[in-house]
Amino acid sequence: MSGPGFFDIPSDLQNSYLGLVGLHVEEALIPVAIGLAVALPLGQLCVRFSWLYPPVLWITTVLYAIPSLAFFIFLIDYTGATRTTVMIPLTVYSLVLLVPAFVDGVRSVPQETLSAAKAMGFGPVQRYLKVQLPIAVPAIIAGLRVAVASSISLVSIGALIGNQGALGNLLQDAILYHRSNLALNSVLTTAVLAVLLDIALVLLRMALTPWMPRSGRAARRAARDAAVEPAGRAALEDASV
Amino acid sequence: MSIFQFISDFFRDSAHWHGQDGIPHRVLEHLGYSFMALGIAAGLALPVGLVTGHTGRGGNALALIATAARALPSYGLLVLMFFWLGIGLTPVMIPLVALAVPPILLTSYEAMRTVDPAPVDAARGMGMGPAAVLFQVELPVALPLILSGLRSAAIQVVSTTAIAATVSLGGLGRFVIDGLYQRNYETVVGGATLIAGLALAMIALFWLVGRVAVSPGVRGGR
Repeated sequence: MSGPGFFDIPSDLQNSYLGLVGLHVEEALIPVAIGLAVALPLGQLCVRFSWLYPPVLWITTVLYAIPSLAFFIFLIDYTGATRTTVMIPLTVYSLVLLVPAFVDGVRSVPQETLSAAKAMGFGPVQRYLKVQLPIAVPAIIAGLRVAVASSISLVSIGALIGNQGALGNLLQDAILYHRSNLALNSVLTTAVLAVLLDIALVLLRMALTPWMPRSGRAARRAARDAAVEPAGRAALEDASV
Repeated sequence: MSIFQFISDFFRDSAHWHGQDGIPHRVLEHLGYSFMALGIAAGLALPVGLVTGHTGRGGNALALIATAARALPSYGLLVLMFFWLGIGLTPVMIPLVALAVPPILLTSYEAMRTVDPAPVDAARGMGMGPAAVLFQVELPVALPLILSGLRSAAIQVVSTTAIAATVSLGGLGRFVIDGLYQRNYETVVGGATLIAGLALAMIALFWLVGRVAVSPGVRGGR
């Protein structure tokens, strides 16, 4: 007798395999997009008014330390066991990762470059759009890579608050129906999604910054920056003050 | 009833303060799992990161390993290991260690790479041997960044240890998982509050370690 196949999804999830994949990507990426949309102006404010940055950094450190499961649970009281409850914390985490990434990126623009742009007759808006933002792209993409990877991974935790975890729901069913295949499917699909999106972001960076070297130091620095978010940044700031 | 009402009810119920299912016992269990995973991860990642950073080789390979480890979903890995290895500590340790390795590995590598070469040269010029240079100059200078990597790892591990309860182990996740199952929202919120509190306590812990362990010269004389 042959059991249900690898891609056979139990009917209680009321979704196909591809439907779950789509739902997972949606639940993971909408928060990152909103996070980015808020992080750009907020980051710009922190660059403009530098006294704003240390307190913002500490608030983000504390927010990032709130465990996702706890965050979901606190929200159930307000938004119920819904997708919104999963997506609000993911938005906060993305925001918290992207603000320091953006600020560090913009700050890394050398003063000479800014002076050169000014001498060429660039106004503040033009200088921002044509000089500062493009040079900050690698740092922003590094932040996006961490935000997307953690978002994809955390959506699965939503399964614990009542089947709101897209591919993570397969894990609940794997235990319920004793089908380890479902767990393997969930892990592999989630990991493949994360890797594919990561590659897409790296390609995007290469397309947006044709002047950058393809690998080497810049990539490693970006990787390190990505690893210490955002608590590490506060420590770095502390150490360098 | 507001969420704060639930939290205060949870903590005021004296039944929650002793025994196998009491807060103190669950907190200790939670910290036990977390620090065990953190210890294993540091044991694996610190030497590799420090040595590769010291020699300056293998940075790209490390970045690749870290990216791959980050792509693994912790909860999914836990359930999968539970199927393959059964009930026990190992299936819980594997996802937690996989979670903690990338930040420790990358920061220790970068910390050693970015040590200012001037004091290292000065130390050599003063006649210090390689071991003395490593332990008395490079490590103390690299320490703040290394600690920040450990702190990131600690916060993530303490948060994620909660899922150990889904495969029949203890820790603070028990309150959350059992509470959800019994539809007892007070216990769920109480457990979540404790987990968040522990994660925030890690920030304080590492701040304190930094104050004690990092030389005032490196800290900027404050």
